[in-house]
Amino acid sequence: MNKCWNEKIEFMSRDEMHALQSERLVSQVKRVYENVPFYRAKMDKEGVLPGDIKSIDDLGKLPFTTKQDLRDNYPFGLFATPMDEVVRIHASSGTTGKQTVVGYTAKDLEIWSECVARGFTMNGADSSSIVQVSYGYGLFTGGLGAHYGAEYMGATVVPTSVGNTARQIQLMVDFGATVLCCTPSYATYLGETMRDMGIDKSQLKLKLGVFGAEPWTEPMRDRIEELLGIEAHDIYGLSEIMGPGVSMDCREKNGLHVWEDHFVPEIINPDTGENIGADVNGELVFTTLTKEALPLIRYRTRDVSRISYKPCSCGRTAVKMAKPSGRTDDMLIIRGVNVFPSQIESALLEVEEVEPNYLLIVDREDTHDTMEIQIEVSPENFADNVRGLEALTKKVSGKIQSTLGLAAKIHLVEPKTLQRSEGKAARVIDKRKLY
Amino acid sequence: MVVKQISVFVENTSGRLAKVTKILAEKNIDIQALCIADTTDFGILRMIVNKPDEAKAAIREAGFAVKTTEVIAVSIEDAPGGLNKAMQILAESDIGIEYMYAFTEKRRNDALVILRVENNEDAAKALEKGGVPVIPGEVIYNL
Repeated sequence: MNKCWNEKIEFMSRDEMHALQSERLVSQVKRVYENVPFYRAKMDKEGVLPGDIKSIDDLGKLPFTTKQDLRDNYPFGLFATPMDEVVRIHASSGTTGKQTVVGYTAKDLEIWSECVARGFTMNGADSSSIVQVSYGYGLFTGGLGAHYGAEYMGATVVPTSVGNTARQIQLMVDFGATVLCCTPSYATYLGETMRDMGIDKSQLKLKLGVFGAEPWTEPMRDRIEELLGIEAHDIYGLSEIMGPGVSMDCREKNGLHVWEDHFVPEIINPDTGENIGADVNGELVFTTLTKEALPLIRYRTRDVSRISYKPCSCGRTAVKMAKPSGRTDDMLIIRGVNVFPSQIESALLEVEEVEPNYLLIVDREDTHDTMEIQIEVSPENFADNVRGLEALTKKVSGKIQSTLGLAAKIHLVEPKTLQRSEGKAARVIDKRKLY
Repeated sequence: MVVKQISVFVENTSGRLAKVTKILAEKNIDIQALCIADTTDFGILRMIVNKPDEAKAAIREAGFAVKTTEVIAVSIEDAPGGLNKAMQILAESDIGIEYMYAFTEKRRNDALVILRVENNEDAAKALEKGGVPVIPGEVIYNL
């Protein structure tokens, strides 16, 4: 048998898992109903009471939760515990200016850490590992999520965060990191920079890469494995549910085991909300079973995936979800940052010289996501000098930078050449081959 | 005294200039002088034409961002030191030049320089005083 962190849970029979999930769901629903006015009102309205939930099979009776619900209850309205029990806040970008805020109790953090530790251990890491965390640290869950998981496992953590790539590579060589955690695009960038610096992968002790926070493809996995001489594994998560570590792929690399004792996945038809079962693509929905600070019932992730209960050669009984193959909304993930086209529109509305008509072109140059925003020159904002037009593009790019936290190239185009607003899809061209 | 210059925003893609010149050709508008300020993404096409108001209307109708800018035209001797004379006068008068371009006309012996400066009136006065003739728009349009 391969290594595991929590043998009892990871190899639990389906019947035992069903019983555990049922028991946890019943108490979670009761707690949520009692402590979160939003859920109480929603359940009352739908005529579902905690007593109606007797096992995990009753999950479908419960209402969904959406990102909009989190926004409507900004910042802490959905928390189920008093603030003095909340020990950590994270946040991710929402569809407009407001962030999606999540909170954790000490127990939530411990469970999160354990979930990440399970994923690391499943792929060969242990307390002797040296884990370099090159995810961003901050409100984003990537850095601290991987950090706490690796530390919980007893590994040595090197918290390099993002940036200063040459130094990262030097430290990776000098400290002998055996595990690397970052976004897959940054992993490729590290590998290529290393090559440019004349450092051969044989000088590294890296064995394992744990990559997530953005979609990536199998060819990209092959490329990273080749560049860095490692096994590259996919880690999935979202801050609303917890952060990275909700699921992770095992040696089979054909799906991510979901830690079902804490998060129950469902696949639904995004249009009807109907549960469509296993082995079919649909929208991934999660219910948290043990979260204290921010328990969420049937949270719609907007990620397109499918789940499979087929036995896995690694022996784990936990359901596997497919690598997400798209979104059911218009969210884009650019350099690991969630971007909604509506954010671009609201940023443009703040620059009075320009119309909120735009075309967003996302591409990937080598490993780096690029973002170009085309806006129209108008008879009003057209200045007969290059300086004036450059000042305009600078003003717009500054506004985009402060709204999204991402740099964008602003490209001025002739008047009335951009398609007028008839549906958002026309405003975005994503040339990256991510799915 | 001033000359109306037509400025057009053109994207840096092939065929855009051709579109503008086609409009002018169809309207039978004569281009006296032109220059292009270019950047990576876009260019500003600046032109002196015989019928500036008509040209502007036609180009705008075709969907371009177009603007009229008042510039001045001066006549300089088409010989070594000709341009220098005008430049020295402006420098001494502390008048900055935003951009300029020059052209010659076969029926004239001089060279013509289009100047975009901050204050046309001050510049024209200084140049005239220094012996550099400022050519009115009507003359330029009808070259």
